[in-house]
Amino acid sequence: METFMIIISGILFTIATYLILNKNFLRIVLGLTLFSHATHIMLISINGLKRGSAPLLGEHAESYTDPIPQALILTSIVISFALTALLLVLGYRTYIELGTDNMKKLRGESHE
Amino acid sequence: MKFTDVYLQTATKILVFLIMTFSIYVLFAGHHNPGGGFIGGLITASALVLLYVAFDLQTVREVIPVDFKKLAAAGVLISVLTGVGSLVLGVPFLSQTFRYFDLPFLGKTELATALIFDLGVYMCVVGTTLTIITSISEDDI
Amino acid sequence: MSSLHLAILLPFVFVVIIPLLYKYTRAIHTGWIALSVPVALFVYFIQYFSIHEAVEPITVSFPWIPSIGIHFSLYLDSLSLLFALLITGIGSLVVLYSIFYLSKDRERLNFFYAYLMLFMGAMLGSVLSDNLMVLYSFWELTSVSSFLLIAYWYQRKRSRYGAQKAMYITMMGGFSMLLGFIILYVISGTFSIREIIAAGDSLTSHSLFIPAMFFILLGAFTKSAQFPFHIWLPDAMEAPTPISAYLHSATMVKAGVYLVARLTPIFGAQLEWSWTIIIVGIITLTMGSFNALKQYDLKALLAFSTISQLGLIMSLLGVGSLALNKGYAEHSLVFVGALVAGIFHLINHSVFKGSLFMMVGILDHETGTRDIRKLGGIIHLMPISFTLTMIGAFSMAGLPPFSGFISKEMFFISLIELTENTSSWAAIIPVIAWIASIFTFIYCMIIIFKSFTGTYHADRLERKPHEAPFGMLASPAILSLLAIALFFFPGLVVTSILEPTVKGMAPQVFAVHPDWHTHVTAWHGFSLELVMTIAIVIIGTFLYRRIEKWKGPVFELLPKRLNLFTLYDKSLITMEKTATSITKSYMTGSTTHYLSYIFGFLIVIVLATLFGTGAFRLDTSQDSPIEWYELMIGIATVIAAVFILFSTSRLMSIMGVGVVGFTVSLYFVIFRAPDLALTQLVVETISTTLFLLCFYFLPKMKANVESIRFKLSNAIIAIGVGLTLTLMGLSAYGYRLFEPIAEYFTNSYELAGAKNIVNSLLVDFRAFDTMLEIVVLFSAGIGIYTFIKLRYAGRNE
Repeated sequence: METFMIIISGILFTIATYLILNKNFLRIVLGLTLFSHATHIMLISINGLKRGSAPLLGEHAESYTDPIPQALILTSIVISFALTALLLVLGYRTYIELGTDNMKKLRGESHE
Repeated sequence: MKFTDVYLQTATKILVFLIMTFSIYVLFAGHHNPGGGFIGGLITASALVLLYVAFDLQTVREVIPVDFKKLAAAGVLISVLTGVGSLVLGVPFLSQTFRYFDLPFLGKTELATALIFDLGVYMCVVGTTLTIITSISEDDI
Repeated sequence: MSSLHLAILLPFVFVVIIPLLYKYTRAIHTGWIALSVPVALFVYFIQYFSIHEAVEPITVSFPWIPSIGIHFSLYLDSLSLLFALLITGIGSLVVLYSIFYLSKDRERLNFFYAYLMLFMGAMLGSVLSDNLMVLYSFWELTSVSSFLLIAYWYQRKRSRYGAQKAMYITMMGGFSMLLGFIILYVISGTFSIREIIAAGDSLTSHSLFIPAMFFILLGAFTKSAQFPFHIWLPDAMEAPTPISAYLHSATMVKAGVYLVARLTPIFGAQLEWSWTIIIVGIITLTMGSFNALKQYDLKALLAFSTISQLGLIMSLLGVGSLALNKGYAEHSLVFVGALVAGIFHLINHSVFKGSLFMMVGILDHETGTRDIRKLGGIIHLMPISFTLTMIGAFSMAGLPPFSGFISKEMFFISLIELTENTSSWAAIIPVIAWIASIFTFIYCMIIIFKSFTGTYHADRLERKPHEAPFGMLASPAILSLLAIALFFFPGLVVTSILEPTVKGMAPQVFAVHPDWHTHVTAWHGFSLELVMTIAIVIIGTFLYRRIEKWKGPVFELLPKRLNLFTLYDKSLITMEKTATSITKSYMTGSTTHYLSYIFGFLIVIVLATLFGTGAFRLDTSQDSPIEWYELMIGIATVIAAVFILFSTSRLMSIMGVGVVGFTVSLYFVIFRAPDLALTQLVVETISTTLFLLCFYFLPKMKANVESIRFKLSNAIIAIGVGLTLTLMGLSAYGYRLFEPIAEYFTNSYELAGAKNIVNSLLVDFRAFDTMLEIVVLFSAGIGIYTFIKLRYAGRNE
């Protein structure tokens, strides 16, 4: 299961990177979202999966899943939400002001 | 942007109350069960987003008649102040503590300073999310 | 904190106070406020001064970064006292002079005096610091304030150019000096100059000792405008004249001399030290005085003369340092005379050069020009100015009855002694110095007679000259009186400054000869050096009378293009061009390129480490079993992701990302992370709403129209990144180097009263992270609000 999940996150990384390298702004934002998904899967998988119950002491289980990656990922989810929102608005404001969402056209003049 | 879907609006009226109640529960249950400030905040925000999608921004503003930016700022402030509070008591920044009380009707209840901190997180998440959504939808090109 | 510390801090306090007060005190000249600082400091330092005995050295310390041995420690002995008195004394006169020189209404005086105070504090700090790092900090601060002051009239291109040049060259020297200081620290284990001197001979055997010496000398030479780094000083003359008088003749350029004097006890015993300084000094002396002849601008002439005089002082310190050399032990007292001469000439030079600069400023102020081809015949109009200029120039030429005569004679004595006591080829040095002194004599005559005598051309001057106001003449007059006083009463500084300073510079020598005393007198009897001076006057007068005949042809002979000034300009241009082309080659402005660099770097570094250290490992034996529905979800994730890749519709792409997000939250359910599952689910809902909201405003996605090459290279990078991260993840999973720390947090109920470990991590154990996280979230929200609400009002109107 772990190997399988790491490979899935690898595939997501590949697709996300390809999208990030694109020139279309929306694709870049989507790529970044995928990238963070891939990171989350990777983080939780390399720790070993399905070993013990959910990290709730109310479960009175023998062993619990490691809670640290979960806390990290929880933080990461909220941060990447903020990042996505900011980039999205940046992109659409850029389009309204400058009339393009193509990164190639948005770059400055060469003499700058 | 204005949707006029009677089914959706009727369903929303009920759903928003359910979701809101759930979100408050999640916020306070967070200490012992899945939940907490982040999740509670996001659920509240999603209820209000649903309200916005079904009705319009005006309705959302009437439901929560506060400035969302200020709500978010107040949340951050509360969280920081709980940290400062521990400084005043001479322990490291952001030290949390808890104690059990016997409250009428509720019986033995745990009160933790972490809950105040989580409340700040909750307010910040609700405030920020709605600031984002309302700013975008109020934008007149 | 002692009073010495406070004395250094006082000018810095005024750096802040002067601009603050400026607005409210426009009625009076800001200079009057600034004047209080150097005067107060001069009074403070003069209390340590006594004519009949040396100052008792004072050490005060204040910890700054004690962990690496950096203390704000100050050391006041006669050498630093001499410099402190020069800085504050001449500083007072310069500020007084500037009050009349700079117009209250036209100049931005708040900046001027703030910079000046900055310089004064930095300079005081440099000469009083005992800690090398503190010295270095103040040293660089003098370069910075000098930059600001040269560029004071920043509207002028020449000012900016001169400021930049001075900055480049002195900072380069400063960095080299820093390197030298650090090497000294490595060798000796301390930054304190006192302690390094005390360590003595134990350091000299270290292989890095000589390199450290050269690095430090480079700093001293650049600061003191020694050949070939002198080229910044003539361009620094773009500064207002009070600044030239203060920084570029009397104080800052002497910092290099100070450093050499201060470090002589450490390095003086090395022959490399002595001869480098002697040779560089003599070359600078000759070259400077010769180039001064060529100048028509009086200020440029004075700049070259300053270079030349600094070379003279340097060479004297070099000769004097031979006293510390064991090979010359029996002559050590003879060489010590050169140190006396060096320090004495340093005082004299500050006095007469400060005065001369002020006089040139007066000429400029009263006639509107500094060009000797336009000046002339104004002796009757400005008699006092003429007298003061003459005193300064005669002192510089080494004529009696002015103090320059004494130190010039001592200079000749020292060089003759050098010839007699070292190798025979050194005989050439007095000859060169003597020729240089003839040049010096000639340009001194030029300063006096070309400006004041000759025929008067009223039409060439911008305004009708008349005598300068009293306040402006006061400062040069005081300096001129001092030049005369030091001739008749050199004893004023002998016991108080010269003897103790020289004793401090060569402590090893005076341990052997404790009863040494020096005699500085105007009359030595009819000796060789007097003959040399008389010959200078005769030959110099002869050459000066015929200057128009030989000057042109002689300077014609010299190559014009191949000098250091053009070399500097050319190398600067080449450097800028190369830097621009290199930068342009990779800073393309394309996000794709930048991200490719980052990803490429990631791939190379991670793969190299992974396989280079043999860290890669694939271990599937510990894998948990996989259920059929998990397989299905995994496949769904991949299909959705691939779908995004090929989708040309915005809506479909957004939906694709949504699907991936929801499958991820399903994983979280399976992997027993209920908090994550909930959060992910809600976030996904809100993000999709957000995407759809913005969707209205975003343009239609065009099909990928980029070239195959572009797509292919991106694909290669993307596959590289995916592969690298997969391998990294597998290795991280395969190894378990130490036990997880999660065990501690299972006590969360006892520690934090929480049964939800993840939540207790967030709000209790790692609450600081969470606090910063909501700050980030809040910032993003405010950022978005700003993007939308606060925009250019100008564009739409």
